[in-house]
Amino acid sequence: MAAVTFDHLVKRYGDNLAVNDLTLRIDDGEFLVLVGPSGCGKTTALRCLAGLEEITGGYILIGDRVVNDLPPKQRDIAMVFQSYALYPHMTVHDNMAFSIRLHKLPKAEVAAKVREAARILGLEGLLDRKPGQLSGGQRQRVALGRAIVRDPAAFLMDEPLSNLDAKLRVQTRAEIARLHRRLGTTIVYVTHDQVEAMTMGERIAVMRDGVLQQVGTPKELYEKPGNLFVAGFIGSPAMNFLTGRAALDGDGVRLVLDGAEVALSGRAGAAARSRGEGSSVTVGMRPEHFEVGPQGGQGLVRLPVQVDVVEFLGSEELVHATFAGSEVVALVPVASEVKVGDTLDLAVPDTLVQVFDPDTELSLDGDGPR
Amino acid sequence: MTATAMTTTAESLPGSARPRARRRPRAVRLLTRAPVNAVLAAVALLWLVPSFGLLVTSFRPTKDYFASGWWRALLHPATLTVSNYRHVLQTGGIKDALFTTALITVPATVLVVVVASLAAYALVFLRWPGRDAVFVALVALMVVPLQMALIPVATLYGHLGLFGTVAGVVLFHTAFGLPFAIFLMRNFYTGIPKDLLEAARIDGAGDLMMFLRIVLPLGRPALASLGIFQFLWVWNDLLVSLVFLGGARHVPITVAIFSQLRQFGPNIDLISSASFLSMIVPLIIFFSFQRYFVRGVLAGAVK
Repeated sequence: MAAVTFDHLVKRYGDNLAVNDLTLRIDDGEFLVLVGPSGCGKTTALRCLAGLEEITGGYILIGDRVVNDLPPKQRDIAMVFQSYALYPHMTVHDNMAFSIRLHKLPKAEVAAKVREAARILGLEGLLDRKPGQLSGGQRQRVALGRAIVRDPAAFLMDEPLSNLDAKLRVQTRAEIARLHRRLGTTIVYVTHDQVEAMTMGERIAVMRDGVLQQVGTPKELYEKPGNLFVAGFIGSPAMNFLTGRAALDGDGVRLVLDGAEVALSGRAGAAARSRGEGSSVTVGMRPEHFEVGPQGGQGLVRLPVQVDVVEFLGSEELVHATFAGSEVVALVPVASEVKVGDTLDLAVPDTLVQVFDPDTELSLDGDGPR
Repeated sequence: MTATAMTTTAESLPGSARPRARRRPRAVRLLTRAPVNAVLAAVALLWLVPSFGLLVTSFRPTKDYFASGWWRALLHPATLTVSNYRHVLQTGGIKDALFTTALITVPATVLVVVVASLAAYALVFLRWPGRDAVFVALVALMVVPLQMALIPVATLYGHLGLFGTVAGVVLFHTAFGLPFAIFLMRNFYTGIPKDLLEAARIDGAGDLMMFLRIVLPLGRPALASLGIFQFLWVWNDLLVSLVFLGGARHVPITVAIFSQLRQFGPNIDLISSASFLSMIVPLIIFFSFQRYFVRGVLAGAVK
């Protein structure tokens, strides 16, 4: 086991800057998820760590060792690929034993390690099969097994769940988290799926266009997104954004939009106020924080909306509504009995409203990380 | 295993999970396929007739050959005899020629398969400057007709002392077999998912290990078809051997048969039985590897 450090890592493909000055430390035994949309550089960063790509600048450390110029086999890492990359001509047993055989372990030890990994992953009955005879989920477990027999300093996982169906994905997600608790090995996990990131990661690093946007626990990223991108990327359904001009109004602030106004109170109001009269401000509200037409008004930010579409999800409904020409999505209890065509008030406690500078895209919340 | 099958193995569900299409009744199926089967059978028959004729002729006495067509023998099977074969095998020349053919064909095939599989690995999985240019040059070499090189190479062999030697013929066949062989193997290798090689690299394998343990086993179908192609080509070659070994003491079977034709006119008892003997080896090779052969040919094409 070992910590992993990216120190000002740069990776360039010709003119394209795939990873731009990435500095990130992953603690020994930590489960860190690198997340971002496709093309954000997360997989490239992982491949640089694995030694599959040469880096353009900076340093990569595994433990205290700079591994910049070491070939993959000397980095003491194991990787799980999106395609699983199982050797199709070898049995499950041989797939798992491949690496430790190359490391010249005694036969008995190889067999013991493979047996142990198979036991952990429930693959005992499948050791003589070839990958072609396995289901997607089983192949996935073999890929994990191939990694854990190595007992490496760190596991690198490149979207290992993306080829599984939805149900199996949820199941395997929990399995990987359990595996991590059991083995305690450092895991660097790449995904584009923010739900995976939120549910699995002890910490999450959000990337965009090769640049690290924010690192934090899932809770930190959800509650205090550092910028518009993180705010919009983390959370499902995505956060609603409204951009308008701040009008100072006594102690409070009104956000003036096209033909509508929103009164901002409390912390959100203070943050908007700090921008000054007439300045442009973006507010963000999470769909799940809305209430439908609550009584009272203290500490609430209210949006009078017209309902366009209601999607029934079982215990909740997803309400698509229009406010001042923008779409607002709210996740409300079925008991709210919202109907298409209704005009109603959606309200959010002002403590949950995020305020951003639309120019720099940074959060204006004094407490939030930048 | 085809390249497609490999990708499937690495990525998606196995075939068993797919739902089976409902089958039509057997009689209907037979009836709708009948015209196709009839045409195929006719073509197959047409192709087989000359070989079959040769086989029958090789069992007929020479005087019968001049008296009637080979199909007559089918009406009088009692006239068939193995004396032609006895004669051929007793004549040292044909046995020696078969041995010489093997002496040329086996190394020329092994060399081509080994060199091509290694070269293709370098062209697909290693990064080096000029890689694409080398590949383009290889493709260009495929269009050079062998006949054009006969005279210059003969001159060169004269200087090197290779003219009239088996080694010279082996070298020539190897050289002219390689461009297509490398092309075929390269196209097959490009169907091997890069992830597999990367996984092996992370697992601790070097290039040699990746070649031996991953690429070579996966490339087996292509290797088998390449081996058969090259084997048949070299085994049946007359032109190259005639040019380089024409007057030599040890000549391959094709040249030996050809010389019979020239010296004694239609020396048919010898020619037919020797020809059939020379066909048997490629047939055995083909049928024992045909499973791979068909798959391998597809594998190169449908990536």
